[in-house]
Amino acid sequence: MTRSCESPRTEDETAQVTLSIDGREVTVPEGETVLAACTAAGVETPTICWAPNLTPVNVCRVCVVELEGSRTLVPACSRPAEAGMQISTDSERVRHSRRMVLEFLGSANDLSQASEIADWSRTYGADPARYEGSGTRGASGGSGDDDGGSHEQPGPERVDEPVRIQDDLYIRAYERCVLCYKCVEACGDDAQHTFAIAVAGRGFDARIRTEYDAELPDSACVYCGNCVAVCPTGALQFRTEFDLRAVGEWRPDDQAVTRTVCSYCGVGCNLELHVQDERIVKVTSPADHSVTSGHLCIKGRFGWQYVHAPAFEPPTTSAAEH
Amino acid sequence: MFGLGGGTCSYQEISETDVILLWGSNAREAHPIFFHHLLRGLEGGAVMYAVDPRRTSSAEFADVWLGLDVGTDIALSNTVAREIIAQGMHNRFFIDHATTGFDAYAASVEPFTLDEGERLTGVPAGAIAEMAHRYATADRAQILWTLGITEHHTAVENVLSLCNLALLTGHVGRRGSGLVPLRGQNNVQGGGDMGALPDRLPGFQPITDPQARARYESTWGCELNPVPGKHLTAMFEAMEDGELRALYVIGENPADSEANVAHARKLLEGLDLLVVQDISLTRTARMADVVLPATAGWSSSEGTVTSSERRVQRVRAAVPPQGDALDDVRIISDLAAHMGAQWTATSAQELWDEMRSLSPLHGGMSWERLEASGGLQWPCPHDDHPGTEFLHGWLWEPDLDGHAPAPFSAVIHRPPAEALSEQFPLRLTTGRVLDSYNTGAQSAGYSSPIRSGDAIEISPADASDIGIVEGDTVRVSSPRGSVDMDVHVTDRLPTGLVFTTFHFPELVDANLLTNDAWDARSGTAEFKAAAVRIDPLRPVTAVAGSTSGTAVADRASGSAAAGGGGG
Repeated sequence: MTRSCESPRTEDETAQVTLSIDGREVTVPEGETVLAACTAAGVETPTICWAPNLTPVNVCRVCVVELEGSRTLVPACSRPAEAGMQISTDSERVRHSRRMVLEFLGSANDLSQASEIADWSRTYGADPARYEGSGTRGASGGSGDDDGGSHEQPGPERVDEPVRIQDDLYIRAYERCVLCYKCVEACGDDAQHTFAIAVAGRGFDARIRTEYDAELPDSACVYCGNCVAVCPTGALQFRTEFDLRAVGEWRPDDQAVTRTVCSYCGVGCNLELHVQDERIVKVTSPADHSVTSGHLCIKGRFGWQYVHAPAFEPPTTSAAEH
Repeated sequence: MFGLGGGTCSYQEISETDVILLWGSNAREAHPIFFHHLLRGLEGGAVMYAVDPRRTSSAEFADVWLGLDVGTDIALSNTVAREIIAQGMHNRFFIDHATTGFDAYAASVEPFTLDEGERLTGVPAGAIAEMAHRYATADRAQILWTLGITEHHTAVENVLSLCNLALLTGHVGRRGSGLVPLRGQNNVQGGGDMGALPDRLPGFQPITDPQARARYESTWGCELNPVPGKHLTAMFEAMEDGELRALYVIGENPADSEANVAHARKLLEGLDLLVVQDISLTRTARMADVVLPATAGWSSSEGTVTSSERRVQRVRAAVPPQGDALDDVRIISDLAAHMGAQWTATSAQELWDEMRSLSPLHGGMSWERLEASGGLQWPCPHDDHPGTEFLHGWLWEPDLDGHAPAPFSAVIHRPPAEALSEQFPLRLTTGRVLDSYNTGAQSAGYSSPIRSGDAIEISPADASDIGIVEGDTVRVSSPRGSVDMDVHVTDRLPTGLVFTTFHFPELVDANLLTNDAWDARSGTAEFKAAAVRIDPLRPVTAVAGSTSGTAVADRASGSAAAGGGGG
């Protein structure tokens, strides 16, 4: 069947490929990934740097699977599914590799707010503590060189940076950052095209940074919060969540999520209002929503506070800087 | 357009199109998530022309920025049309097949040679020709616009002039091609669809149509007034004439948002009765005899809104109302009860079901379908209908599917109502910025780190002429009033043009300056074109050379000009 601009392509016209996941045959549309095939086969795959609304960057390596005939493990999130592939997702080699990735990340970063990663760490028996030696921990944020000549079994180096609180909308806690690049992708050509952040530095000193490490309000950031929405570790966190956590009142299990439509402009972005104790505490958008693909602007993400303003006072302006 | 009041394309199509004309729209800031779709189009190889007096953040993504003078949109579109016809690039098959009035239209644009277009608009002839050629020869092309087109005293004619270009080239009624007005509010499309227009019933049906009226009369059990009501601007005229004495305002803040707002306030103050139903105590509410506190529709009530791609989507209550505030439907039902009408069907779903029983466009959108899907796009006439991705496919059907052909509309170029003068030598245009919204009733409630307040933006050359620098406070005056504002010098503006937002009326009353000259057909005021002067509020150190006097002469002698806008 030929395609024309009047007849959008349908699933019927897309070629299918059949491959084997842990011995089970599964068929997916051509162009889908091994990850999608695993999901179709009912196999859960750990991911950190992958998101359904971002282009895979293949940096975290936690999704690796064993492909028969391949010398190395392959990243499921970006490897296209091919007909006849024999994939193992639970071999000892795969489990070992995933465990090491999770342990290395856990040894260098504070993953206490990365609940999904914590779940996977339990699944794979990852124990970051086993790298802790007798020496000091935390030669951090600086050159990455050893601390002043201590040669007795240093512990694993840890990212240790103060939390950056530079405005009322979101915070940056880079001690939790595993450099998954999702924020960079969301800020860049996967969504926002603002390019306010990138990875600066090499090796252990690599960090997500604004241009010249400018403070956020002085940087190119336009506060869409799309970086925060894709962050898997809480390194980027909405201020509302950060403040509630600080007083021990962040209770995701008590939050109701209601889907509605943003009130600013006529594009029709769907919002998920996360409501705790009758107050909005977070706003997200579904990644599979055709209008937003999960991404919002500053007004939709942060412009809801007036809903909780004391009823019927004249609108106060916050143009104080003006 | 062509009988339906909605954009012809879906957002998805902008990522598949080949040529984009973004005309009088700063979508990067006013419609940021639509702009994501547009960026995918650019990444896929689409070429974009940004038509705007300001070099906006949207224009920075364009291949070419056409910085026309404010109010010369028709001169530009007529020049584009003439060039397309002169080069034989118009779609003769489509014109013969689906349109009427081509010969008269072609004759009307004949005087708009490239040179004449350049003289009238300030856009180099070569740029106009390039845009004309690329638009006409593209496989798929879209024209998108917002208030830069409609906030003029020629609002409807401006829109028609863009529709003409689509008819000339056949860029409408096909996937990827079309005409897209981006809506500025989350339910401005739905409000019109539901009959919140002076001459429409729900489903965009004309109140002057006896058959349509009869259906509503039989369902509602009452007789309907067949005479169209008044649009907003006509209401203010009726207030002036003493004909309109009582006003019930729902979710609007005209005491801040109207052009020439001092005049609007005087008329509102002179009313016998002003009732305001709103979510906060706006300036209009503070003037009211009665205030009815309402809940925020998007977060505290059940219902639907309709987006710029005609997508009907559910809004849902997530947080309880503040204080005594009530849902809009509840307030109106209670009022009706006081007037003796006992409405029984008052839930969102009951109201929706009644509406879709009367509106063929929405007939197939059951509440269950709206709940289950990510929304449905009208027309959706029956339960098995998937909704409509793009409009007016009939234009390409063998017999136009029973429709009458689409007419060309010859439109003439008329400069802004308020000419520049020696006393008011600068052109003021207004628009939105990314982090704020209209008069701030909602957006002033959060603390934006990128907020700069309502400053007067001015080109470096004009700032230097007047002797002012970044951060100065100046007095901006139009024939209607004066406002003190901080100066922001920016090279995004050409000489002769100044710009401001209107998001902080409690601090900077920008609409004291804007012109309430209005378009006779739509009632839209000319927010985009006022004449102003700027006076320093501190002693100016000597500035050598030019004075604002010479700038006046230059500007006033030329096209008097100007136009498009970007809001």
